[in-house]
Amino acid sequence: MPLSAYLVLAALVFAIGLFGVLTRRNAVGILLGIELMLNAVNINLVAFSRFRADLGGLIFTLFTIAITVAEVAVGLAIVIVIFRVRRTIEADHLDLLRG
Amino acid sequence: MTEILGFWVAAVVLVAASLGVVLTPNLFHAVLWLAAALVATGGVFLLLDSPFLFAVQLLLYAGGVVTIVVFAIMLTERLVGESIRQTSRFIFNGAVLAAAVFAGLVSFLLQVPALARPVMTGDQLRDLGRALVGPFAASLQLVGVLLVIALLGALYFARAED
Repeated sequence: MPLSAYLVLAALVFAIGLFGVLTRRNAVGILLGIELMLNAVNINLVAFSRFRADLGGLIFTLFTIAITVAEVAVGLAIVIVIFRVRRTIEADHLDLLRG
Repeated sequence: MTEILGFWVAAVVLVAASLGVVLTPNLFHAVLWLAAALVATGGVFLLLDSPFLFAVQLLLYAGGVVTIVVFAIMLTERLVGESIRQTSRFIFNGAVLAAAVFAGLVSFLLQVPALARPVMTGDQLRDLGRALVGPFAASLQLVGVLLVIALLGALYFARAED
């Protein structure tokens, strides 16, 4: 398959993830959408790495995966704390900082 | 031939699972769809001759991230005492915006010159390992520090209240 096929697939998954982030009300659902978007970016990096015979993309992907794991761990811990305090994880209800 | 077939299988599974993640009302099902999407992404990595990243994807993403999310959902569900249904809002606006982003990305991608797929030379895994302890050694250490800090921070946040 040509490079553009992989890039279009990644763009489609990215758009789906963006849709999830925009429409989900649940904080965990929003986090899942962000996961999808990060995943789409990884496909791009690996595809460019393969088609340009450059190892840099693979290294970037390894780092993105590691950082994503850290992000999910901290994000879910925050969700659990918010849930303990506010008894809800609906993003719309979290308006404490709204002026 | 096998690559074309594999690509379409992986692409269909990936897109269907992604739609499942953002559309299914049950949060727990959404996580299971996410696991399918992550495994399909691993399949795409395999098609791009990166078996090592496939293994990392399965271990860290499909294994680690999904487990953490499932635990978080179980914890919050148990605290609520009812299964969490999630609703979506602004579906039309979200779809329009996501479609616009997709169209913009694709119109940009059409300008990418067609690159011939180079033949694999050398041992990819060995080169990767050399690069990680050579030019990228400092970044690797920083990622290790970041992971430790993130896990300590998550533990601190989610610790039992006394």
